[in-house]
Amino acid sequence: MIEPDPPPIISNLLGFGRCLRRAGIDVHPGRLLDVIDALGHVNLGARAEVYHTCRALLVHRHEQLDTFDQVFASFWGGRDASGGAPSWSADSREEIEIAQLIGSPDLENSATNADADDGTPVAERAVPTWSELGVLADKDFSAFTPAEIAEGAKALAGLVWSPGERRTRRWVAGHGPRIDLRRAISDSLRTEGDVVALRRRTRRIRPRPLILLCDVSRSMERYSRMLLHFARAVTDRHRRVEVFVFSTRLTRITRQLRSGRADAALVAVSRAVPDWSGGTRIGAAIREFHQQWGRRVTGGGPVVLLISDGWDCGDPIELSTQIARLQRSCHRLVWLSPMIGTADYAPLTRGLQAALPFVDDFLAARTLNNLVDLAVHLNALG
Amino acid sequence: MADRGLAVSLFLALRLKRPLFLEGEAGVGKTSLAAAAAAALGADLIRLQCYEGLDVGHALYEWDYPRQLLELRILDATEAIDRASVHRELYSDRFLIKRPLLQAIDPERTRSAVLLIDEIDRADAEFEGFLLELLSEFQVTIPELGTVKAAEPPLVILTSNRTREVHDALKRRCLYQWIEYPTFETELDIVRARAPEASARLAEQVTAMVQELRRADLYKVPGVSETIDWVTALAALERTTLDAEAVDETLGVVLKAKEDVAAIRGRRSTEILDRALVRTASRE
Repeated sequence: MIEPDPPPIISNLLGFGRCLRRAGIDVHPGRLLDVIDALGHVNLGARAEVYHTCRALLVHRHEQLDTFDQVFASFWGGRDASGGAPSWSADSREEIEIAQLIGSPDLENSATNADADDGTPVAERAVPTWSELGVLADKDFSAFTPAEIAEGAKALAGLVWSPGERRTRRWVAGHGPRIDLRRAISDSLRTEGDVVALRRRTRRIRPRPLILLCDVSRSMERYSRMLLHFARAVTDRHRRVEVFVFSTRLTRITRQLRSGRADAALVAVSRAVPDWSGGTRIGAAIREFHQQWGRRVTGGGPVVLLISDGWDCGDPIELSTQIARLQRSCHRLVWLSPMIGTADYAPLTRGLQAALPFVDDFLAARTLNNLVDLAVHLNALG
Repeated sequence: MADRGLAVSLFLALRLKRPLFLEGEAGVGKTSLAAAAAAALGADLIRLQCYEGLDVGHALYEWDYPRQLLELRILDATEAIDRASVHRELYSDRFLIKRPLLQAIDPERTRSAVLLIDEIDRADAEFEGFLLELLSEFQVTIPELGTVKAAEPPLVILTSNRTREVHDALKRRCLYQWIEYPTFETELDIVRARAPEASARLAEQVTAMVQELRRADLYKVPGVSETIDWVTALAALERTTLDAEAVDETLGVVLKAKEDVAAIRGRRSTEILDRALVRTASRE
């Protein structure tokens, strides 16, 4: 075993850590110390051992493995060096277009609305903000100007989202059906061994998780930006939310939406979505959801919000099969459509006809008032 | 039969006394690894299966309440009640039920231990928080007894099927290792070792078939354990080779979702079987 030669390897490791951080892997300085410690135990002459040691200590998520491999290869040099930090898939021209599509509303002040989770019913909380909105509250999202989008986004940030609660299987002290023997006995010691009062335990109650599946295909284009602001508002106010967007393919955008500032989040989303505004294949997208994410995010009895106009280029049988499976894997499936409420609308597209039997609620998502109704509806779910 | 990365991680886990966090799809052999490590080290395997609501009483220790109550009655009857001594009596080792975590860090252990915390993703966030403390110090405080600290820290292996994302704080304390489905050669070695009664030909064909099935668009991708089960099942039916009829009869052993069976049964299974047979034939 070769003894590490401290100065060069430490400065190299620090540089490597900086590169990893730039590529998006959160590396703590303390972890690098661990790596230095660990490298003392392996053969520094064997590239594979150094690589696996660094990887085991610096990576702790499966999706970081590829990024790590690229950074490792380019930093330490090697046959498969692809050069530079990993780049995002979207090209810059597309990025600019999408940034324009979303608009760049100033959401810095939204914090003033988002004051507290104080349990006030949503209707009461919403009223002051909403009365100021006036006519905007009933205006179709597709006719919003960029300034109106900014105002609408601010108003959304003030809503409370609580899609019901679920009894977990964890027992905690409370007035439940189970007797807490441990406390009964320790209490009884104070009363000469007689059990005077029986303490009890109850099941813990937890809020249900929320999953948003948002259609961003061409037919939804005029609604997408506002609905993304909606997704962001929900992500800000509710801890357990997963957000996905789809047109022909499905992309998870939860991390991007959580990545701090609002504008940056929406731009990050647009970067991460490979097929913004293509045609829709809802069935295929939901199938991808089941296969890639289903087992990982549908725990805990979630409420699923599927936002789409139902214009589907895919196979209606595939769609109904996938929607049926989706309904079986969640507590409640809510389909939100921006078409409901427009003149002469009837859900007659083949896709919708196939899917509707498996949908628990079919609600509108066309105006700000619709979204308030949705919040009230979700908060009322048991 | 582990690959280099896994071997390095396991080595470091032993050297640095850090838990090893294994993540991967269901059925890639995460649990078997712990058993194999325990056997190789000559250590006891202590297994804790996680589930939602798993609490200290089931994971760490519990007092034997019925016996404590009886003891109280006896002391009462013999009028030997003196508060301090009753307390000492009731909360002594005699009434302590040691659950897996306490067994693993028991300073009175004579043999070293491998602690397997299986499917940590099934436990809830509260339990993860509790583990943080235990895994960093290998000690725990029982209010009535005092602090218990492991004389020799056990090798800890945590597994996760990623049914949810385990908190980063816990993963940071561990060595992380992602386990892929094995290659054909590795999987065949595993199958031959675990199902020695099957013919070499059958083992090869079934392994090739499962490898092909993993590439088909399935809800529930078959793991290594399914391959072993399938080979064992076919051997029990006294098959020595895989054919369309055998596949049709036993597809339920390897595909566990109704949609998958419906999608594969019939023509597609024949196609996949043909590809698998070509692959095994080309090996000879």
